[in-house]
Amino acid sequence: MGLSNMPITYTSGEQVEVFRFSIPVTVLVPVTALFLQAWLPRQFPFFAMFDLPLLVTIFFSISRRNPISGLLTGSAIGIFQDALTGLPIGVYGIAKTAVGYLASSLGVKLDVENAGARLLVTLVFYVVHEIVYFMVARGLVALSLQWSWPHELWAALANATVGVILFFALDRFKQRT
Amino acid sequence: MESVFGRYKNLIVLVGVLFAQVLGLAVQVKRTTDTESSRLIRIWAVSAVTPFEKALVWVQTGTGNLWHNYFYLRGVRAENRELKQQIEQLRLAQIRLNEDAQQARRLQALFGFKEQFISKTMPAQVIGSGGSEQSRVIFIDKGESDGVRPDMAVITVQGIVGKVLKVFRASSQVLLIDDQSSGVGAILEKSRLQGIVRGTPAGEVVLEKIMTDEAVQAGEEVRTSGGDRIFPKGLPVGVVSRVSNGADLFLNIHVRPSANLNKLEEVLVVTKVEEKESVLSENGQVRAVDVLAQRLPSVPDKPPNGSEAAAPPNPGSSGVPAAAKPAAQKPNVGAPVQVTNPIASQPAAPARKSGGQAAGLKSATEQPPAPAPITVSGPDATAPKPKPPSPPPDTPPSAPAPDGPQ
Repeated sequence: MGLSNMPITYTSGEQVEVFRFSIPVTVLVPVTALFLQAWLPRQFPFFAMFDLPLLVTIFFSISRRNPISGLLTGSAIGIFQDALTGLPIGVYGIAKTAVGYLASSLGVKLDVENAGARLLVTLVFYVVHEIVYFMVARGLVALSLQWSWPHELWAALANATVGVILFFALDRFKQRT
Repeated sequence: MESVFGRYKNLIVLVGVLFAQVLGLAVQVKRTTDTESSRLIRIWAVSAVTPFEKALVWVQTGTGNLWHNYFYLRGVRAENRELKQQIEQLRLAQIRLNEDAQQARRLQALFGFKEQFISKTMPAQVIGSGGSEQSRVIFIDKGESDGVRPDMAVITVQGIVGKVLKVFRASSQVLLIDDQSSGVGAILEKSRLQGIVRGTPAGEVVLEKIMTDEAVQAGEEVRTSGGDRIFPKGLPVGVVSRVSNGADLFLNIHVRPSANLNKLEEVLVVTKVEEKESVLSENGQVRAVDVLAQRLPSVPDKPPNGSEAAAPPNPGSSGVPAAAKPAAQKPNVGAPVQVTNPIASQPAAPARKSGGQAAGLKSATEQPPAPAPITVSGPDATAPKPKPPSPPPDTPPSAPAPDGPQ
């Protein structure tokens, strides 16, 4: 097995693989995530605790490893998610922009291809997302939200678990640059 | 300069995108209505998602109907028998309720109440949700092209659901009553205390603005008060589930919504609400005021000619509101009065035939008797104080009223 065929599992910035996605995947995966996010809670109310658009944002950002691409992906997905809620547009947008930027910046420096790293990264970014969302919603929109660490940590763990499964499903759409 | 931009390019773009979104948020918060750009984004997002939702709901409903209507028919005969029995029972209940409703309408007409009637509703299917714990909205498959407009009430048979928030061409966004930005004028059914039903960040429904010195019991029903001008009065909102003292002067009243907001499938959009005064039909219905007057202290026979003979035959034509006269002149008007149909028990009819009141009651006496007695109770109905009729203090006991009979 040659060196070029070995899976890259170390954290050298120069040797971490960068992936790209086809245009249909770039469009359809976030739209599907938004659709499921809007449709599934109607069937299963507990599903409202999951944030599929956030998981998709993290996946694309980490895979592309480009901060500008990551923040723009997060911004677009967040704004479209806002559009489906009754809240002003920008609350999810700002939170996902921040997560997209941070995730892609992290992706540049770290390799997060294995399940354990993905679980940890998704868990941390979920909490980051919720903190930014909470601050924006309270500070700019004056929503009266209640912060509950147990709830947020459980939700983070649930999202991270789903995220790991989702990331492996989406891996097949990756294209090497 | 170029090198600085190149070095901090990522950060500069991040700050720029965040700044643009914060600016956009500030503009939206400042304005109460959507800006053109935000509305456009909402239309794009909804147009991208709702067709799939509609298709999926259509397939789901079709499959369910196929299964339940053609394949899974076990126990249908037994259920049919039970339903027929229920129909018979409900018919009996309906007859009783019709009587009560007619009585209520008569009294409402007497006091000139204006009622709101739901005159037109449109069934709609729930196709999706906002997908967020912080924003409790649903999407329905009816929109502007179907006649849906913002602020229309959305209900189910069980109770109210919410109001139309945003309308798109073929779908609409409905704000549920458990969203923290919603507010519904409500009234407690027994204690008649009025408050505002709101959602909490946790998705619960609470009744606000009820003072701590009021007595509210768990289990009491909450209905719409009509004060918000969106929901007509009297629709079920929910049931009081828990009451506790709040930190301020108001009670913490938790309400369990009548409609299951988590399992909504079909809803009704109230597209037309009419506000009209209760009107009695002219085909011989007895006016409550006339019936009351019938039971007032007897008036001696009038002389066949004289000034009284020229008096107007109808009390209402004297310029004084008919309802005001008995209340102002009869001392026992506040006490509970059991008023029966004038034909069924007509003690003083011969003495009144020659007077104006008799003329006023003529049409009533020609009608067949009402099936049930009309009970008109005063404010102290719980403590009836039967007392003999007595004349008003400024009127001689035997003197006829100056403007005709009462």
